[in-house]
Amino acid sequence: MSSTAIPLGHHKEWVLPYHGTVAMLALIVAETAIFSIFVVAYIYYIGKSISGPQPRDVLELPIFNTVCLLSSSFTIWLAEHSLKKGAMGAFRLWWALTVVLGSIFLGGTGLEWNKLIYHDGLTISTNLFGTTYYSLVGLHASHVIIGLTMLSLVLIFSLAGKLKSEHAKQLGVLSLYWHFVDGVWVVVFTVVYIIGR
Amino acid sequence: MADSTLPIGSAIDLTPPSEVYGTWLELVNSWVTTVDHKKIGLMYIGYAAIFLLVGGFEAILLRIQLAVPHNNFLSPEVFNRLFTMHGTTMVFLMGMPLVIGFANYLVPLMIGARDMSFPRMNAFSFWMTALGGLMLYYSFIGGVGLQGAGSAPDVTWWAYAPLTERAFSRGHSTDYWALSLIVSGFGTIGAAVNIIATTICMRCKGMTMFRMPLLAWLYLVVSGMILVTISPLTAAQIMLCIDRYLGGHFFDSQAGGAPVVWAHFFWIFGHPEVYVLVLPAFAIANEVIPVFSRKAIFGYPAMVSASAGIGVISLSVWAHHMFTVGMTSAQNAFFVLSTGLVGVPTGIKIFNWIATMWGGKIRFATPMLFCSAFLIQFLFAGLTGIMLSTAPWNWQLHNSYFVIAHFHYVLVGAIVFCFFGGFYYWYPKMIGKMLNERLGKWHFWLFFLGFHLCFDLMHIPGLLGMPRSIYTYEPGRGWDTLNFIVSMGGIIQGIATAIFVYNLVYSYFKGEEAGPDPWDAWTLEWATSSPPPEYNFATEPVVMSRRPLWDLKHPEDPDYRYE
Repeated sequence: MSSTAIPLGHHKEWVLPYHGTVAMLALIVAETAIFSIFVVAYIYYIGKSISGPQPRDVLELPIFNTVCLLSSSFTIWLAEHSLKKGAMGAFRLWWALTVVLGSIFLGGTGLEWNKLIYHDGLTISTNLFGTTYYSLVGLHASHVIIGLTMLSLVLIFSLAGKLKSEHAKQLGVLSLYWHFVDGVWVVVFTVVYIIGR
Repeated sequence: MADSTLPIGSAIDLTPPSEVYGTWLELVNSWVTTVDHKKIGLMYIGYAAIFLLVGGFEAILLRIQLAVPHNNFLSPEVFNRLFTMHGTTMVFLMGMPLVIGFANYLVPLMIGARDMSFPRMNAFSFWMTALGGLMLYYSFIGGVGLQGAGSAPDVTWWAYAPLTERAFSRGHSTDYWALSLIVSGFGTIGAAVNIIATTICMRCKGMTMFRMPLLAWLYLVVSGMILVTISPLTAAQIMLCIDRYLGGHFFDSQAGGAPVVWAHFFWIFGHPEVYVLVLPAFAIANEVIPVFSRKAIFGYPAMVSASAGIGVISLSVWAHHMFTVGMTSAQNAFFVLSTGLVGVPTGIKIFNWIATMWGGKIRFATPMLFCSAFLIQFLFAGLTGIMLSTAPWNWQLHNSYFVIAHFHYVLVGAIVFCFFGGFYYWYPKMIGKMLNERLGKWHFWLFFLGFHLCFDLMHIPGLLGMPRSIYTYEPGRGWDTLNFIVSMGGIIQGIATAIFVYNLVYSYFKGEEAGPDPWDAWTLEWATSSPPPEYNFATEPVVMSRRPLWDLKHPEDPDYRYE
């Protein structure tokens, strides 16, 4: 520094937040806004369908699916915890379990849609309920698909031995996203299967 | 003016960027594949400038059609397409990229960073935005579709349902409109995420949040707003696409859907969007006015909190666009009051700018001229805004030319004026040459004259009952002379803009060398060479106050003694 320069040494350690976490939080805010619009539309249109089928005729509570998805939030937390401790075996186990639980949820949604479409004759164009239901649940499911893709990639990296405990920060960003997807499901479940039925 | 002997320590690099000229293809390649925030910023700004000309050209065609009654210059169909394209272009293809372009270029430099947080996502965001623009304009060719119906979209830029449903909007033009806004919306959200991460995580040593330049602060607020305003638009566009492609019923009144839902969703985006566009204009004024008044900004904390206040309040005012759809009295009262409330932080800002100028040694260079005109015009726009936000007044004047005059006063009188000021202020930094001051004065005064002829007088036909979006009108209603003068004003603004474009090109080749700090300014971007090297700062700068360059230039009386 030249003589005119600013005195150094007054500063304590200059620590700023991790940019990945900040960006993911920002993205979650944006995603929340998108979901809010779909949720508001769903609530506004409850009971406004002119023709059937109505929600109470065809919807069943997807309890098992919900338990699977919500517990995957817990397993991903355990996986993260193991990674920080450097316990790679435990990490792989919990991470793989997260992928399995997420896949069960997705499969469950697939079965539910299959029943709705082929058994109950409800498609996205049948009535307002169909339009809002498939849009909202589908929007959530598409987020699950994106999440599962990323989770599986990490699983592949970890099985290939490329993943180290110094990647915990990056994985923290991904798990933040996964927690968000799970949190959204709580809202969707409440709105679609409890209030809307 | 140019001062190349800055009292800058070795911390800051002054070597001019080594200029490497390759073949033409290498040059193109270097721009297309770049992840440098400055190049991406310039591409955004160039992209916006092109669409400013396109959208302006469309406006002039519209005004020629309306200059005299019973005109046959444009057919009604073409008129509808042109005002749809004019609105969409100016908001999404000109306004947003211009806002984000200046952020891209300036925010990292001002906070002493070497790039944005996510350089590759930055490039991705730009190319998404660019794709959106191409898709919208491709509709002129592709919108015809297999049925041979329609061309460019003609559903207006707010595209009220059910006009946009398949039954009423045949062909593909509305699809191009919806898809292009979804695509460019993704780009915008990406850019906002990037700006937030950059301002929070990339600040140089000593740059605490309350030492950041106000421009960086305002862009942080704007990016937060983009997250919660562009996303609802994206959601609504997805619903529209579901209706159009998959036979959904979101806005289909025949199946129980409610078109008014679209109106709500659109304005939940649409009104905060105005603030997304105007806060960056404020940001430019925040930088230009102190430097040209030779005083530090008055009331920095008040400016920050007023900006955040505008950001929050503006999310609750959307339905003042919808007083005529028939809401309950309670709803009407809520939106009247919340809209009135947003005037409070805005007023605080105007007083702070005046207090900054008060007692200063004002230099009326072109950037300052534009920002001074902005102050007066924005005040006036705010006053007509308060008039329109009063429900009974709004019932009378809804969808009239008074509304058009009001929001063009904001969009042109505040935003375009400030951004022109920003061009004159930062062009020397971006290009390394001063913009010609003589041409700048011509540009300013002609644009000022054209603006006031056009938009001052446009209020009156509105008061006299002239509705918006009409392609022609009958003579003898008292609108004729006014409309003619308004059109002349539009053309004068066009001429002024042509002078501006000429100035950009002329100064690139023949302009005076700018040097690193031509305006004797105080923020970090002026500590780099003009244009800055790819890495911005050779070593990371350290700041102690809000005006780091003041501290360096005046070591006997640095700011950090007082802050």
